[in-house]
Amino acid sequence: MKNLHLPLEDWTNSFVNGWLLPELGDFFNQLSDGIELIVDGVTDGLLIVPPFLLTFIVVVLSFWLAGKGVGLFSLAGCIYLGAVDLWPEAMQTVAIVIVATLLSVIIGVPLGIISAKNRFMNQLTRPVLDFMQTLPSFVYLIPAILLFGLGGVPAVISTFIFATPPAVRMTNLGIRQVPEDIVEASKAFGSTTWQMLFKVELPMSLQTIMAGVNQTIMLALSMAVIASMIGAPGLGSTVLSGISNVNVGLGLTGGLGIVVLAIIIDRLTQGIGDKL
Amino acid sequence: MSKINVQELTKIFGSSPKEGLNYLEQGETKDKILEKTGMTVGVNRTSFSVEAGEIFVIMGLSGSGKSTLIRLINRLIDPTDGNVLIDDEDITKMDKQTLTETRREKLGMVFQKFGLFPFRTVLANVAYGLEIQGVEKSKREEQARRAIEDVGLKGYENSYPDQLSGGMQQRVGLARALANDTDILLMDEAFSALDPLIRQEMQDELLDLQNKLNKTVLFITHDLDEALKLGDRIAIMKDGRIVQVGTAEQILEHPADEYVSNFVKDVDRSKVLTAAHVMKKPAVLAAYKDGPRVAVRKMEEAGVSSIFVVDKTKRLIGLLTIDDAIKAYKNDISMEEVLRTDYHSTRQDTPLHELIAYAAETKYPITVTEEGRLTGIISRVSILSGLVLGKEKEEVSAV
Repeated sequence: MKNLHLPLEDWTNSFVNGWLLPELGDFFNQLSDGIELIVDGVTDGLLIVPPFLLTFIVVVLSFWLAGKGVGLFSLAGCIYLGAVDLWPEAMQTVAIVIVATLLSVIIGVPLGIISAKNRFMNQLTRPVLDFMQTLPSFVYLIPAILLFGLGGVPAVISTFIFATPPAVRMTNLGIRQVPEDIVEASKAFGSTTWQMLFKVELPMSLQTIMAGVNQTIMLALSMAVIASMIGAPGLGSTVLSGISNVNVGLGLTGGLGIVVLAIIIDRLTQGIGDKL
Repeated sequence: MSKINVQELTKIFGSSPKEGLNYLEQGETKDKILEKTGMTVGVNRTSFSVEAGEIFVIMGLSGSGKSTLIRLINRLIDPTDGNVLIDDEDITKMDKQTLTETRREKLGMVFQKFGLFPFRTVLANVAYGLEIQGVEKSKREEQARRAIEDVGLKGYENSYPDQLSGGMQQRVGLARALANDTDILLMDEAFSALDPLIRQEMQDELLDLQNKLNKTVLFITHDLDEALKLGDRIAIMKDGRIVQVGTAEQILEHPADEYVSNFVKDVDRSKVLTAAHVMKKPAVLAAYKDGPRVAVRKMEEAGVSSIFVVDKTKRLIGLLTIDDAIKAYKNDISMEEVLRTDYHSTRQDTPLHELIAYAAETKYPITVTEEGRLTGIISRVSILSGLVLGKEKEEVSAV
């Protein structure tokens, strides 16, 4: 085995440093600026709203979409975030999650649809998705820093990589699960491909797709702490500073904040899925 | 001009259908080709045509290729070879857009498993075909409401399919196909998923609707009784080929081969044969103007004990028994006063099984009338012999 030497390390480095950065650096800079603008915009938007008003909105939505228990939990959760003085950090995390999830859905759902329709595309996306899901996230944190610098943007990008697969997979599954007789009926009455997609297949698979989006959001939240290592602001960085200062209390406070966010967002999106 | 004209239509499922086609042309059987190449012959060089306004039933057991065949007609499955002419236009050669238009304008379809959209109301389901054609909302809903009324589902417009029973769901499926107002209805085992009583009800309703709307219906079924009941003509399908095409009577009386005759052996003839099959011309008739005396002589000559009395236009007036005729003659009362009307009258297309009960009760023959005119009579004997003799004939030919 020693005689066989694969210089993957050298290749990758010379690819990134020799070609990717000099050639596409400008492109990535612009992309970075664009994403930063969106993340900042969403964060500012969330912070402008008075916390009590946002709390009220979230509680009402929880009551309506997921019932009394979740409504009460949302109220307690929001009060907790304010009481431990982590409201701004929580909003920063939510902003990154929102932008990363939007990106995942915008790219993941169409990709899932194409994979469901096209066998070649399906065979192509499967290994790529496996790769995205299992490759340790630290591995792409490094090029993310190289390409996008430190801060919220590389966090969004790496979160996107980590969180997109369920959106693609569940969309693919949902479209494939539409019963054959319903597809046939739609075809027999003279639907075009687009009409079939928008009037039959997507409505039929909406719940499955929503389950995928829900998973995407959960994965995005779970990336919060890891992404804070590359400078993402928010609850993750609170936990990170708790760890690096051996401040168990701070770590727990921030960690519980993430859990609270996760549960509220999970129940809310599940509620939306069930309402459809 | 036939509404649907199918010419040498072939479908082979597998890796290289053209190769399979060569084998077929060399005369290899379906089983041989499967063995040699692993490819399945769904439909094997089938030709037939369906005329405007008829119900054409394709009858076959599972695996006979009938479901494939109906899907080749609107190209839900692309054929390997052959042509399908809809109003003289070849659907197998159409581009995507023309195909879509043809499906919208000419071909309605009803599915075995209904194929309703669960997230749409009954109204929205029925309006679907018009919706995708871009018909404006008020107009398509009006048309959909009319179709819903036609199938007897008025009041259920805002229900969802899963709130309805199977029979009602298939009514929605039927209404959805009717709403588009296509000339042709393709019905793929449309009633097979329903329980027997509902199925019969739906069959009767389809026949009623057909009387009103006069569509061209291609109906697929595995149920021979259903085929005989609905079909103006019936095609029997086996191993991807049509073995025999004919009316119910032709298929029952002259099965083309052993396969068909085995099939029809157990048919309940009383449901297929009608009054017209067993009725006879009455041996003698009395004219109303004849009077009792002539009537008595006619009965004497023919050796019967009762006689039907008709007027000049053969309109049936009543029954005269020999006893009543003699009584009238002796007491010099008019024939009108002794005429009986307590016999059973029926029409030519009444199935025999509906007559059996009457035949058992009445002592007089059953009369068959058309707009009041006597066209024939049926005695108890002829009902029984119609049922039994047909059967014997068949058993002979099956041996």
